[in-house]
Amino acid sequence: MAKHRGVGMAAVNYPTGMNLGGDPSQALIHATTTGTFVITLSSTDLGQGLKTVIAQIGAEALGVPFENVLIDTADTDTGPHCMGTFASRATHRVGNAVIRAAEEARKVMFEVASEELEVAPEDLETDGQGNIRVKGSPEHSINIVDLALAAHFKYGKTISGRGMYIKPKSEVDPDTGAMDPDSTEAHACTVAEVEVDDETGEVKVLSIKSAYEIGRQVNPKLVEGQIQGGSLMGMAHALYETTAPYYPAIDHAPGGFNEYIVPGPQDQPEIESVVLEYPSVNGPFGVKGVGEMTANSPIPAIINAIHDAVGVWITELPATPEKILRALEEKRKEEERGAE
Amino acid sequence: MKPKIVSFTLNGRPVDVMVRPMTTLQNVLRRQLELTATKAGCRQGSCGSCTVLVNGEPMAACLLPIEDVEGQEVLTLEGITPLHGLHPIQEAFFENFAVQCGYCTPGMIMVTKALLEREPRPDEATIREALSGNLCRCTGYQAIVQAVTDAADRLHGNGGVS
Repeated sequence: MAKHRGVGMAAVNYPTGMNLGGDPSQALIHATTTGTFVITLSSTDLGQGLKTVIAQIGAEALGVPFENVLIDTADTDTGPHCMGTFASRATHRVGNAVIRAAEEARKVMFEVASEELEVAPEDLETDGQGNIRVKGSPEHSINIVDLALAAHFKYGKTISGRGMYIKPKSEVDPDTGAMDPDSTEAHACTVAEVEVDDETGEVKVLSIKSAYEIGRQVNPKLVEGQIQGGSLMGMAHALYETTAPYYPAIDHAPGGFNEYIVPGPQDQPEIESVVLEYPSVNGPFGVKGVGEMTANSPIPAIINAIHDAVGVWITELPATPEKILRALEEKRKEEERGAE
Repeated sequence: MKPKIVSFTLNGRPVDVMVRPMTTLQNVLRRQLELTATKAGCRQGSCGSCTVLVNGEPMAACLLPIEDVEGQEVLTLEGITPLHGLHPIQEAFFENFAVQCGYCTPGMIMVTKALLEREPRPDEATIREALSGNLCRCTGYQAIVQAVTDAADRLHGNGGVS
């Protein structure tokens, strides 16, 4: 009776967005009279940081400071249409829509600035600090607050823009079967290290180390948060979580949150990750999705590590102590039969 | 059972509430007093999202009958949040990206407050033990543990450790 260590590896190739009947999202931008750029969406921030990254993308595309951007979202009664926050699609789809809306809003911004500064719109640029200035002559500039006020009260214009991004539906080629169901794909590889107790069947995950290739990172800390959280969710799927431990029987099914096992602060293994940035062709500033994929590769990596540790394959999740002990017993019996 | 009046101190102020016996502190806070920083996650005492401090000790408000806080001091997240800006623990959670969906955050912060009052410079194992009654589904905990360490620095200085 002993504890055995094992190492396992798994890789994931994850599509951003979906196909179905096409995958659209819309964004609307308008400037308030005091130069706040409101980006109206229906896309929901689930905590992954969508509002932050969309504000970053919007600020970059508009050429205004991050602080001047306000995200107004999640009311599907009043907002422009969004397919939703799923399929790791939101940053890609909504970001693209916002860039298009920003292009239209910038056009109006430059038209008004052109009147105010008495130069052609094409001779103007944003400085990213809240000013529009004459190229090569930065002392000739106008602050976006003054600009927004002038647009509204002097010229009767709304600084606004409409943006739409759609990934058109891709049909299957009847001859070859070829299709283009997603926009871009992110990749990751995870190595998990475990310790399996062959007496109790318990598995302790010691570390989860991953390399991610996810296009351009809009916000590296939020990406890290997705990877850390996903790693632990993956571990929980691999070892603990189920609503039917004896599926299809409902015996011992959790009757409430109390009995549904999720890892706590003391169950967290060492989590490490590196990110490679290979920008995608069609994402806003080259992004790909890094949401759901983070909970994927840890699961097979842990199952492979269990095999490496004690030589049994667990083929149904989660890998509970009972399943591991039964598999070990089966293995011993087979070895005894082989020895006879 | 007939309603009765329960008196206690909430966030430094005396309050009297008219309640039916065995109403939980969680329901009094959220429904009656509309103080919704105290969350209602599992309502079974297992997730920690409803943690408040009673006389400085973390308690699950969902399991606490309101009669039990008669004459006691109750502190919720609203009670430590300044009118302007953030409490140093809140700042630490914010700066360390320790918040994702945010539902566990009020409970995590209240536990952190109690911990740092008892132990100004906890090590990682002590932090994880203190937080062991609080579940987070999003972050994987690492950022939360970092935030608690950072909060200790913000409240007590970093003691010459960089």
